[in-house]
Amino acid sequence: MRRNGFQGHALIEALHSVQEAFGYLEPEGLRFVAQSLRVPLSQVYGAATFYHFFTMKPPGRHACVVCTGTACYINGAPGLLAAMEAKYGIKPGETTPDGELSLLTARCVGSCSIAPVAVLEKDVIGKLNPAELVARVGKWVGQ
Amino acid sequence: MTSEELQEIATTEKEKRTEYPHHICVCTAAGCLSAGSGEVKKALEKEVLESGMKHECHVKGVGCMGLCSAGPLITVDNTMYRDVKPEDSTDIVRSLEDGKPVKRLRCDTSAPFFTRQTKVVLENSGIIDPERIEDYIAEGGYSALLSVVTEKRPGEVLEQVIKSGLRGRGGAGYPTGLKWSTVAKAQNSGQKYVICNADEGDPGAFMDRAVLESDPHRVLEGMAIAAYAVGANRGYIYVRAEYPLAVKHLRTAIRQAERLELLGNDVAGTHFSFKVEVRLGAGAFVCGEETALINSVEGKRGTPRPRPPYPAQEGLWGHPTLINNVETFANIAPILRNGGEWFAKIGTAKSKGTKVFALAGRINNTGLIEVPMGIPLREIIFEIGGGIPGGRGFKAVQTGGPSGGCIPADHLDLPVDYESLAKVGSIMGSGGMIVTDEGSCMVDVAKFFIEFCKSESCGKCVPCRVGTTHLYHLLERICAGDSEERDLATLEELCDVVRNTSLCGLGQSAPNPIMSTLHYFRDEYQAHVVEKRCPAGVCHFAEQEVKA
Repeated sequence: MRRNGFQGHALIEALHSVQEAFGYLEPEGLRFVAQSLRVPLSQVYGAATFYHFFTMKPPGRHACVVCTGTACYINGAPGLLAAMEAKYGIKPGETTPDGELSLLTARCVGSCSIAPVAVLEKDVIGKLNPAELVARVGKWVGQ
Repeated sequence: MTSEELQEIATTEKEKRTEYPHHICVCTAAGCLSAGSGEVKKALEKEVLESGMKHECHVKGVGCMGLCSAGPLITVDNTMYRDVKPEDSTDIVRSLEDGKPVKRLRCDTSAPFFTRQTKVVLENSGIIDPERIEDYIAEGGYSALLSVVTEKRPGEVLEQVIKSGLRGRGGAGYPTGLKWSTVAKAQNSGQKYVICNADEGDPGAFMDRAVLESDPHRVLEGMAIAAYAVGANRGYIYVRAEYPLAVKHLRTAIRQAERLELLGNDVAGTHFSFKVEVRLGAGAFVCGEETALINSVEGKRGTPRPRPPYPAQEGLWGHPTLINNVETFANIAPILRNGGEWFAKIGTAKSKGTKVFALAGRINNTGLIEVPMGIPLREIIFEIGGGIPGGRGFKAVQTGGPSGGCIPADHLDLPVDYESLAKVGSIMGSGGMIVTDEGSCMVDVAKFFIEFCKSESCGKCVPCRVGTTHLYHLLERICAGDSEERDLATLEELCDVVRNTSLCGLGQSAPNPIMSTLHYFRDEYQAHVVEKRCPAGVCHFAEQEVKA
């Protein structure tokens, strides 16, 4: 997994691999990375908390990422978030109590031409309206 | 690899292309992919196979064709089709046999969107398969690199780049030739680095992503030429983890180029070596700032360092480092192929060449465009962009993302170049261009950007960390109708402090969206503060809701 020659400066790469494998960064993973790369744990923790991409909370089974870039914002992303909050009672960054669904936001996924956009399980869905988003998410969570 | 061998690959590839009478190119860049171009490509391949045209028709995936709002886009021989669905594949393949294009899918390529563009950076985009190095070589790729390392001295390369007048495409517009010379002259320890800044954090900008996805070899070639000119032997590409497709194409491209000895040790049998690695970002806007980026490449928190020393003198691990943006590197190979004078002929007196813009927001033709510098904004928005949808009125265009400003309708005839945009309080930025119409509230837009800067501030220096938070609270109060007249004065004063005292570019430019909207749309702020009313109807005021 860590074939970057165990170099200390490949820390961010290592964290990416850990997050990809476990879905989030747990304290144990951080300690392991620090030991393997011979980097102080404080620096590992510092990097893990600095970057938005890393999360230290376990994610829900399904993830709904709403893009809040400028183009999406102007074309109605706040409405999407409000609809999700009204339906599932979770704010961006939160997971439903049953661990089924996480609502996240992205700075910009770069698909501004089809704004507003949400990423549902790695599929980028464009030109959404609030009702459609809730319906699509409902399909997973309903069962 | 010698020039002859390179030529041979190009000829073989071209011959292979003529074997097929028909070519179908499907856009597989992120924009079209999310509109379903993957399925379209599969359906077309199946259809070609089933109709027994395997030897007559070649289906390939290519990069971005520009008009992302009409995706998925495909070209069949010389005809472009828009909004293609998998079900259309039967008709498309049948059209090859009878020679009559499918009318209902046709995309008019004589529209201003296509004819008004000048393509330098995007010349191969939408034509070549980004995952095959041979395709790039067939279009003249890597010939500039080979002739540079075998025939030219580093000084001659610098001369061409200086002559071209190319300026950094990351936003600030620092002359590229000057930057290269500084790194070339810097002499300590001998080790030097070249870094490509592909941390495109501006929300609403996707030019770099498109270039990396559509033509990754062009960026690698530019980096290798830069490394030769400044005397570096290692390079890093710092790319956002949010762009998985770009990362994948880049990694493939590096592997292919190393196999052909166009990168790696002893390029083309000379003593020049250049090794490139991809470094992933992790979602921090501030890492687009060069010193923060260096920290991040080193595996640290992405906080900026005070400058000077500039990275050109003391950068990565204390060694001289050249940092340029993706689009800057993408311009290098054509400059050396055609000469600096050729490039200097395009554009205006002080801003040379072309610029790629990502058009988005409330505009008909959203997508990627490349235009010569100096083109009026009106032409971009109303001719290339096709105007505002729904018959609404134009309000402002926002350039430069969270560091830029909003330009109102009065300045639509402004030529697009570094100086003119700076004069009206905005910046060129990396190339995001977001159009707003009457339905957008400018105070709300300013609040959106300052919220962005507030959460992206790395927290190292106080003016930026505390200042942006206070600016946000002030705007929040204005938007909620809970403000007094003197708040506007406080807002202006605070903008000034943040701009003049922050450590890095993020803080220094964070107040730009507020200052420009305050300048051009003061009446909207006044309406919020005095009349407690939002002219665009975006902000909701507590009192009004109580009354209702």
